[in-house]
Amino acid sequence: MTVVIQSEQHLRRHRRVWSYVTMAALAVFFLFPLVFMFVSSLKPDAQILTDVTSLRAFLPVGDIGLDNYAGVFDRVPVGRFLFNSVLVTVLIVGLGLIVNSMCGFALSRLEWRGRGLVLALVIATLIVPFETIAVPMVYWVSKLPTLVWEGGLLKYDFGWLNSYHVQIVPFIANAFSIFLFTQYFSTIPKSLDEAARIDGAGWFTIYRKIIVPLAGPAFATVAILTFLPAWNQYLWPLMVVQQEELRPVMVGMQYFFQLNTAWGEVMAYTSLITLPVLVVFLSFQRAFVSSVAASGVKG
Amino acid sequence: MNRRPLMKIVAMSTVGTVALTACGQAGRGPTTSDDGRVQLTMWTHSAGNPAELEVYEQIIADFNASQDEYEVVEESFPQGAYNDAIVAAAAAGDLPCLLDMDGPIVPNWAWAEYIQPLGLPTEITDALLPTVVGSYQDEIYSAGYWDAALSVFARRSVLDANGIRIPTVDEPWTVDEFNAALATLKDAGYETPLDIGAEDQGEWWSYAYSPMLQSAGGDEIDRDTYLSAEGALNGPEAVEFFTWFQDAFAKGWTSSDGTIGNEEFNTDKAALAYTGVWNAMDSLEAVGDDLLILPPPDFGTGPKIGGGSWQWGISSTCESPEGARAYLEFSFQDEYIAAFSDKQVVIPATAGAEALSANFGPDGALRPFVELSQKFALARPETPAYPVISSTFEKAAKDIMNGADVQSTLDGAVQEIDTNIESNDGYGF
Repeated sequence: MTVVIQSEQHLRRHRRVWSYVTMAALAVFFLFPLVFMFVSSLKPDAQILTDVTSLRAFLPVGDIGLDNYAGVFDRVPVGRFLFNSVLVTVLIVGLGLIVNSMCGFALSRLEWRGRGLVLALVIATLIVPFETIAVPMVYWVSKLPTLVWEGGLLKYDFGWLNSYHVQIVPFIANAFSIFLFTQYFSTIPKSLDEAARIDGAGWFTIYRKIIVPLAGPAFATVAILTFLPAWNQYLWPLMVVQQEELRPVMVGMQYFFQLNTAWGEVMAYTSLITLPVLVVFLSFQRAFVSSVAASGVKG
Repeated sequence: MNRRPLMKIVAMSTVGTVALTACGQAGRGPTTSDDGRVQLTMWTHSAGNPAELEVYEQIIADFNASQDEYEVVEESFPQGAYNDAIVAAAAAGDLPCLLDMDGPIVPNWAWAEYIQPLGLPTEITDALLPTVVGSYQDEIYSAGYWDAALSVFARRSVLDANGIRIPTVDEPWTVDEFNAALATLKDAGYETPLDIGAEDQGEWWSYAYSPMLQSAGGDEIDRDTYLSAEGALNGPEAVEFFTWFQDAFAKGWTSSDGTIGNEEFNTDKAALAYTGVWNAMDSLEAVGDDLLILPPPDFGTGPKIGGGSWQWGISSTCESPEGARAYLEFSFQDEYIAAFSDKQVVIPATAGAEALSANFGPDGALRPFVELSQKFALARPETPAYPVISSTFEKAAKDIMNGADVQSTLDGAVQEIDTNIESNDGYGF
């Protein structure tokens, strides 16, 4: 009996060791690009190209220094670009959570004629790639009305180009987020609404005090899924923003691709703009993983 | 739902909108500065290139200081994103007054009516290298301050040690000599003797390899009509050149591995490099006096190199074209052109600027590029179809490099180009 128990314990330990070894190997594998990026950001261009064919590419050896970071700050207004990206991303995510969850609430909890059709139309828009409507959208936003402060007067004008709001407003409403909220809200028992209605609650109170607190995983998932594309925006700001002081970080990447690419500076810049994303992800890692698992969204 | 608050909101919004509209609509005419000067918007592709921007800022400051009528306001874009920004701005009717553009795109933007005829005095445009003046349908639409040039970099010591003749502008290598040199260098221990730059992509392919095709007697399109690539891109001369091109990779004389730039040559992994003037300073530093800047080989009709770099034009929607012309006239001064040349390491477009240039003057270390440019430069086809020609050429050449059948690949490329030209009604030709 003792022998059998010892053997099972040994087997279990053996399995655990192997699972840790496998996970560690996978972790190292997935960390390679990040390590390469950070390590290369400390090396001169010539050394990056020489080291790339050996394991030295992943080691901070040779001529190590912070020259590339100095070069980045000389070439690109990194602080300004980071500020712009943070502002645009936070507003897209924050406003998107409010607008899309309200939309999902209306589609899943309120009884009104045609909501099935509206939901189908919203989902149908998912099949249209953004690139195919980008140019018409540029035309539309260039004709939208706006207010400008000119000569001490608030004036009425046309055109959203060269602004923060042109980078934010088109991306607040998001078909996938609406769909996800609708699906998640549908799983919350409607008896809660009915009980609240009997107690005199209006729809907004039900949304705010009952549905929102119960939909934490859906909100967290939508926040993650909206954050990444908003942070990585490239094509849209490239087309609608002409002033350097309004550009986000991804457009800044192109500053380094001249006739001779400054690879060390590219790595330093990507390190700088990846750090905020890594910090956000590592800070909320546990919440993200559990929310994605709870909302049933994959990859 | 109580409708009264909703009605109140709608009513207040309507009144507010009307009131704000009554405050006055912002002017849509030319923008003026605080001192009443007409502002000329100007876009460059120079973001991330401090050396080039520095010269522009100097020119703009000098021009603005000299003016009481116009003021140039510059905005710079990164080069890789520039064309997309222009196309988007054109769609939105928001093009700047002054814009720069890569030489080969000029006919396309002229055809699309993004830009208008340049209208600069002929004494300015006639003094420039022919390849820095962009034309479409015999009308000048753009002009540039500089050109770039390609050449073959080599080490004198390596050629001497292997008994290889050093070619000159007057007596370049024949293709047989070039083949023999590559074979000799391969035997001498160079794994890939020639860095031909095939690891690069995009416009480089047409810029770098179509001059070789032209040297062999072919071309990317029939330049007499600009209506078809038949015979030019798939004729016997083109097939002969691309067979050589394919063989060069198959025999290991060159390869598409490696890194973009001139590192293989600088570290002596490659004995020869087919590369541009922009890499010359690094190679001079690495190789010193041993560096040779040689003409490309003669594939049959004399060496050829690509011409046409970034040039300036005036948008068709510019509301003050006379102001834009005033700025351009001001900017084409030899001292500015020489400054661009030395800071950017590019060939100055005027003889006066050449004399002022430290690198390209009579005693300059990079003087051979001036001779190569003057003697062998050929502009890429001046047709709006060029973007399609260039991408089709790149795809075909890469397929051939990877072993595709030469004749059928070129026939397919010709068909693709001709179909595009036909579907655009000949692009005005």
